[in-house]
Amino acid sequence: MQEEFVCAGFGGQGVLFAGQALAYAAMDAGRSVTWIPSYGPEMRGGTAYCVTVISDQIIGSPVVRQPSAALIFNIPSFDKFEPLVAPGGILAYNTSLISQTSQRIDITQVPVPATDLATMLGDARMTNMVLLGAMLTAHPILPLQAVEDALRDHLLAKRPERLENNRLALAQGAEFVRQMQAEAV
Amino acid sequence: MARELLKGNVAIAEAALRAGVEAYFGYPITPQTELLEHLALRMPELGRVFLQAESEIAAINMVYGSACTGTRTMTSSSGPGISLMQEGMSYIAGSEVPAVIVDVMRGGPGLGNILPSQGDYFQVTRSAGHGDYHPIVLAPASVQEAIDFTMLAFDLAEKYRHLVIVAADGMIGQMMEPAELPPMRPLPTKRPDWALTGADERPKRVISSIYMSAEAAERFNLKVQARLKEIRRNEQRSTEYETDDARLLVVGYGSAGRIAHSAVVAAREKGLKVGLFRPQTLYPFPEASLSKIISRIQGCLVVEMNAGQMIEDVQLVAAGQVPVRFYGRMGGVVPVPEEVLAAIEQAYDSMSELSLAAPA
Repeated sequence: MQEEFVCAGFGGQGVLFAGQALAYAAMDAGRSVTWIPSYGPEMRGGTAYCVTVISDQIIGSPVVRQPSAALIFNIPSFDKFEPLVAPGGILAYNTSLISQTSQRIDITQVPVPATDLATMLGDARMTNMVLLGAMLTAHPILPLQAVEDALRDHLLAKRPERLENNRLALAQGAEFVRQMQAEAV
Repeated sequence: MARELLKGNVAIAEAALRAGVEAYFGYPITPQTELLEHLALRMPELGRVFLQAESEIAAINMVYGSACTGTRTMTSSSGPGISLMQEGMSYIAGSEVPAVIVDVMRGGPGLGNILPSQGDYFQVTRSAGHGDYHPIVLAPASVQEAIDFTMLAFDLAEKYRHLVIVAADGMIGQMMEPAELPPMRPLPTKRPDWALTGADERPKRVISSIYMSAEAAERFNLKVQARLKEIRRNEQRSTEYETDDARLLVVGYGSAGRIAHSAVVAAREKGLKVGLFRPQTLYPFPEASLSKIISRIQGCLVVEMNAGQMIEDVQLVAAGQVPVRFYGRMGGVVPVPEEVLAAIEQAYDSMSELSLAAPA
């Protein structure tokens, strides 16, 4: 089983961080994992992105053409990656900044007002964790707790004061998706 | 020590540090800049030398000078910078001083781009500068190998008093993967008996790469060739996957090798008898192991992120015994396993046609 997550948005929206949080959580869960950022000319205009691959086998390529999951934070990234999500895959996107909708019926769509939800929590910088919480609730390949632990043990090990906000943001994204799922039933 | 999620460039830098690198001279270039950045932070912390030179030409000549004093020394760059370093690299080889160079390859020729490529294979394996020699070339395919081969590079450089190049590419440099760093090694306590350390209380030593007479230069060349022969005998390294009953052998190194590995796994799932041979040393090319496999297979497919460079070494080993096909992407395009699988299937089909057509 292999999952490929692309996280894409503006520089500063925490897309690389979100991909790394996922990568650390997967590593601690004993999975094979790779993380690779876009570092080419594309990061100089509009979209910064990274790909996190999580697998039960040795990972050959950290680069993928058709990711199985996409976390999309802004319009240029939506335009670039919405068509690339693999059939059967999942697209979570930030409706606070993206007015388009996808016409694709072969993928699962998770529209989340992530920046608005993060702003209500008092910190728009938590957009990334809201969207990640939403993604992992719609597509539970790892428990949210694994991401929280990874933040505590790795990415925020030297900044524990930021843990609580990140945890709340993950929970907020998760709660939004649970409500959406409940309404759909 | 626990496994950590490490970026290739940072892992190489930290491994060099733990291998006991005492002096680094370099100039920034994508996609290797994090390597230089990490050492800019760490070397002064440890009281070692980090120097950002005014150019790659200056950097390599600083490496030359530092290495002449028996100081454990390295530099790193990418294609355009490695090109600028050619003269200095040849002088280092011509002076028999150990040095480690990391080439995080990017798309070329020319300024090209900053994306992953293996376009420097000829440049690093054939001569790395003018004259008659080859550096030792190590090709990591993962962050863990990038660490292990960086440690090994310093050992080999000092053992053979030779230039060692770690040839990675933008993908290995930029990606993060779980890997384990080795413990910190102690620094050398005394300098080798050839090093220039000041001749206060001993006869003077001279390090040079100039030989005015043809006879003296030939004697030196014979010595270099004898050393290269020893290196070819001792240092060939490679890994294999599912080669025992393979009919088609895929050959790839570094990033292309790991991508080919996924394609070979997928081909096996489809019932194709395909194996993988991944050279870990590009010089010496692992011809002994490859030759053994080639004697029992029906065809080869070489996969590279270039127009076909290592394929020449595979063809030399195959010596016409089996057809050698090629699949490559260029200019920074990284092939995905699916397209390598398609190339495998195509090669496999054509091989079956060949063997059907051959007389019993």
